[in-house]
Amino acid sequence: MLFPFPNSPSKPRRVVITGAGIVTALGSGWRVNADGFREGRQAFRPVTLFDVSRQRVKIAAEVDLPAELPPTKLSTRRVARLDRATKMLLLAAHEAWSQSGWQADANIPLVLGTTGGAMSLGENYLTHAIRSPQSQRLQATRVVNYQPQRQALDVCDAFGFSGPITTIANACASGANAIGHAWELVRHGRATRVLTGGHDSLCQLIFAGFDSLQALSPSPCRPFDAQRTGLTLGEGAAILTLETLEHAQQRGAIILGEIIGYAAATDIHHLTQPHPEGNAAFATMTGACKIAGITPNQVDYVNAHGTATPHNDSTEAVAINRWAGTRVATLPVSSTKACVGHTLGAAGAVEAVVSLMTLREQWLPPEPGLVVLDPACGFPIVRERTDACVRVVVSNSFGFGGANATIVMRRWM
Amino acid sequence: MDVSRIFVHGLGAVSPAGWGVASLSEVLRKQESIPVSALERPGWEKPLQVRSVPPPSQRPAFLAHPRLRRSSVITQHTVAAALEAFGDDAVKFQRGEQRLGILVCLMSGCVAYSRRFYEEVMHDPAAASPLIFPETVFNAPGSHLAAYLNSPGISYTLVGDDSAFLQGLAVGAGWLLNGEVDGCVILGAEELDWLVADAMRLFVRSQIQAGGAGAVYLRREKSASGVELAAITDAFRFSSSESRSLAAQAIRAQLPPATGRDLLSLGTQGLPSSDADELEAWHDWKSSRVAPKQFLGAAFTASAAWQCVAACDRLTRGDFEAANVSVVGVNQQAIGARFLKQS
Repeated sequence: MLFPFPNSPSKPRRVVITGAGIVTALGSGWRVNADGFREGRQAFRPVTLFDVSRQRVKIAAEVDLPAELPPTKLSTRRVARLDRATKMLLLAAHEAWSQSGWQADANIPLVLGTTGGAMSLGENYLTHAIRSPQSQRLQATRVVNYQPQRQALDVCDAFGFSGPITTIANACASGANAIGHAWELVRHGRATRVLTGGHDSLCQLIFAGFDSLQALSPSPCRPFDAQRTGLTLGEGAAILTLETLEHAQQRGAIILGEIIGYAAATDIHHLTQPHPEGNAAFATMTGACKIAGITPNQVDYVNAHGTATPHNDSTEAVAINRWAGTRVATLPVSSTKACVGHTLGAAGAVEAVVSLMTLREQWLPPEPGLVVLDPACGFPIVRERTDACVRVVVSNSFGFGGANATIVMRRWM
Repeated sequence: MDVSRIFVHGLGAVSPAGWGVASLSEVLRKQESIPVSALERPGWEKPLQVRSVPPPSQRPAFLAHPRLRRSSVITQHTVAAALEAFGDDAVKFQRGEQRLGILVCLMSGCVAYSRRFYEEVMHDPAAASPLIFPETVFNAPGSHLAAYLNSPGISYTLVGDDSAFLQGLAVGAGWLLNGEVDGCVILGAEELDWLVADAMRLFVRSQIQAGGAGAVYLRREKSASGVELAAITDAFRFSSSESRSLAAQAIRAQLPPATGRDLLSLGTQGLPSSDADELEAWHDWKSSRVAPKQFLGAAFTASAAWQCVAACDRLTRGDFEAANVSVVGVNQQAIGARFLKQS
């Protein structure tokens, strides 16, 4: 039963990560992404997925999908109908699932974050409905596959597991909210394991939307640069397998890291602009660290939301300064959107996996392209390949509508 | 003292029956279908048949709020339903005296502005309106509600079929029991647009699409009077390999049988093709039934919210001692819920 809940454990359960999958414009899989983020490799190029000739901005971080998906339980016919967002989701889920060593079961909750689902199919539906109103050819397929719940069902069917499906659409914090919600399910004893993450693909509606707001940069984004000119869109997917420490140890799983804190809040200042003092960001960083039982002095790296829009970065800088206190002057921060762009609903999940990489491999991801640091930043930005002792990482995600989320992760030793 | 119980503290509804739970209840009591209206479908001579929300009797005061002046219809319905559910408690949240959790559940989301924006993109992407785009995101209604209530707490927008609303109830109950919030409002909200009505005709030819919102306001309570959220079943998904019929039967199996003064709130709409699975699952239910969709039209998560609102309203009035709610979604999963009248 979803409710009443099983009796809560006397103290919250520890939640560990036993599988991680990632797809970004750097490539598909942990290794290629870890190498790319460690080197600060940028993956931007001219947009090819749709016509941008009338747009102010013409670049993004597109994913090169492999010719074939890894084998799953989906039929060939069903695979042939998958859109690009679902393919990325399946690639990431396959990597995480394989790494975790999980077997299919009847009760594995799935918690995903997305902003648009398979939006490009929705665009095709509307285009066809307007331009060929008397024709219904392929329209039913577009309707079915466009919706986010369908992509979640595809994941369940691909690996043969069942369980409640929850899709959180909290704009650009969706992926972080999904992981945070999954973490809470396991932590409070409402699930033993959860598959979770986020996904989004590039589509014309969202690209044109951000361009209409003049939020896109005509050149590769430069988070926290004093002369930053906006964000660069990307696409991708990232998936984690979360389970109780006890469950992971019982089955002898390889533990990749531990999630120790999460908090979410709403910035009520404006639909698209954060409060100048970064109140909600401050609240989530403070709240997540309080739950984790750590202070900023114990944090070794902050993976910032860092979109490179003037408003976001200055606000986030203020919030980090406030939260970190005396630690701020030596606290390494970077935004990995400088490499793979803003992956929207996937961003929180992609950045959680990058944070996990820093914990596993003991390096900090640099920001390529940064020229002049915004004086609002009281903290150093990681600017070149850096090996470091990384024990605790804070990852921020903020979105339209004031959706704010922070995740705190710890190295597993 | 059992503090791990969740009680319904308020209900709200905006539906084709009108603005307010009273309008919804009146239509269900009389069992009179709301007349259908015509909705133009571009490119077709014949309009679509829908049930739309009538204009409010007077302009809602909340529309004076700067965030809500130009808000979408779905946001206006969401805020109206939530405020009705809160009653006097709205002030506690606005003053920051209590912590509020917000869960807005959607299937088609802010479709009117999304369609309008993409039509502008199709015409000329360089001229698409920056005012419209932010209103297209799924979490815009929840964000506006939080802003109106001055509530900086946790807010999720859940996307799924009709069943997402009952999942929202479970998430909200979790927040309350974790002690993260003092009150939590769960909303199902859908916007009526030709695009949605057109799409649903591809699957259920005679379906009458509707729009609106429903709200259930939950609190964790020490006292044991009022309407209690007693149970939410597992989520039984269906797809090409798992039948919708079996999912409907599975939720029936997890909910108690009728004891005489029980109400069953169904998601059927009077169309054999879409109702068959649910009707079969509940064929031997011997007590009373109510089916809001049949009179109000189909509105995904909003319909599921109306089912819960109708059930809880009848319990509040003392008409029944318990109510089962059966939600068999259109394309994802089936979930059931049970509410009890505690006196």
